[in-house]
Amino acid sequence: MHDMFSGLLQAIDLILNLDPLLFEIILRSLYMSGIALFISTALGIPVGAWLGFKKFAGRKVVTIFLYTGMGLPPVVVGLFVYLIFSRSGPLGDLQWLFSLKAMIVAQVVISFPLVAGFSMAAVMGLDPNLARQLQSLGATPWQMGVTMLTEARTGVFASVVAGFGSIISEVGAVMMVGGNIEGRTRVLTTAIVLETRKGNFDLAIALSIVLLSLSFLTNTLILRLQEGNFVRR
Amino acid sequence: MSGANPLYRLQNVTRQYDGRVVLNVTHLEIFQGEILALVGPSGAGKSTLLRLLNFLEAASSGQITFAGRAVNGAPPPLPVRRTVTTVFQRSVLLNRTVFENVAYGLRLRGDRKVRAKVYEQLVQVRLEHMARAKAQSLSGGEIQRVALARALALRPRVLLLDEPTANLDPANVALIETIIAAVNRRHGVTVALVTHNTFQARRLAHRTALILEGRIVEVAPTETIFTAPADPRTGAFIRGEMVY
Ligand SMILES: Nc1ncnc2c1ncn2[C@@H]1O[C@H](COP(=O)(O)OP(=O)(O)OP(=O)(O)O)[C@@H](O)[C@H]1O
Ligand SMILES: [Mg+2]
Repeated sequence: MHDMFSGLLQAIDLILNLDPLLFEIILRSLYMSGIALFISTALGIPVGAWLGFKKFAGRKVVTIFLYTGMGLPPVVVGLFVYLIFSRSGPLGDLQWLFSLKAMIVAQVVISFPLVAGFSMAAVMGLDPNLARQLQSLGATPWQMGVTMLTEARTGVFASVVAGFGSIISEVGAVMMVGGNIEGRTRVLTTAIVLETRKGNFDLAIALSIVLLSLSFLTNTLILRLQEGNFVRR
Repeated sequence: MSGANPLYRLQNVTRQYDGRVVLNVTHLEIFQGEILALVGPSGAGKSTLLRLLNFLEAASSGQITFAGRAVNGAPPPLPVRRTVTTVFQRSVLLNRTVFENVAYGLRLRGDRKVRAKVYEQLVQVRLEHMARAKAQSLSGGEIQRVALARALALRPRVLLLDEPTANLDPANVALIETIIAAVNRRHGVTVALVTHNTFQARRLAHRTALILEGRIVEVAPTETIFTAPADPRTGAFIRGEMVY
């Protein structure tokens, strides 16, 4: 109990004084999560929307794979990304292992199915007559896609939130493929693991507070976007 | 009227679903500027015919010509396709305001000055006071009127109406019928009107077609259909004696 309280005080001190070590880890986490979320959103929303609109033969199979992907254990992803980028792996020549690039790849693999899966579900939940209605009003296929995504906006934003949540809180895969190297691949979650193990509870708590605040802020921002962007006049 | 070039010409057109033929039109012409009523029992294929006329589905076989252009498989080019629109049996409104719903089709066409056009239509269907309301809060009858306003805002050449007054009270039925007659008379809009209400067909349509089990049994000037039908089944349907 005492540990926790003094740890909390010191944590606040670290945050308020913008501890350089802490600051660097925060920036790296944001950078990594930001890029990973951007990629998985840019790929996941169109793919999910397309799977939701199109009725094709293998859709059931693809859906099952996608739903399985939504529950992929991060350590399994970590293992496979590790093997792919390891020196003897198929992409070993890139030398991405133990760098932010491999970590971003792992996070994209983890979050993409979530974004695509939830987007697909959101689009499939729309009125089945909507597409025909839009077509009759003169929409091009592209305009139809945009309108249907805006109609499914609540679910689509939920997909982004879920993707972000899976990225920012992830520790297993980034630990495996990033190696938690100080000054290079250490991020908030891996630093928390390390500092807790070392008994540096003040730093661990500070990192946790930052992690929670970041998550809170980002989700607030996403919600704002959702509300602001589409309320017209 | 039959001397003019028809706007639509259908020749041996069929539409099948899962191998079942639900529409089989040997011959049908629709003329520029007319109101054609399509009547027939439930499941006869009326909505299916409208989908073909709006190029939303392709015919399984046969020939459809629109404005002198063959529509085979692929729908006509966008500018041509955009001259035809449908008010569906169950209209889907977007999760936006009434104003934005009516403006939607205009915005699709890149129109930036929509305000006056939207209000003109809202006034016409007597919903101008609801412009700011969320479409999701509307009653069934209001939804149908917004859907009609949204279609009319596009100033279509062809207006396809699938039971546009099905859920309306008598006052609104009269209002909608007045609007349909007016846009046809004033702007020469060609109308194909699906209705279960034979009185409505009689009030509005220049010609009426009876569809039974996917086939057009008879198409003739509305007065003829009502007073001297050529096919005994037409008379039975008009008198309400047709039991399915
Ligand atoms: N997409 C589809 N797939 C399979 N069958 C269909 C499809 N659309 C329509 N049908 C069938 O085609 C037949 C004609 O349907 P349609 O909706 O055209 O009838 P309708 O004359 O409009 O009837 P109602 O007056 O009840 O609206 C019906 O038997 C219907 O079940
Ligand atoms: Mg119908």
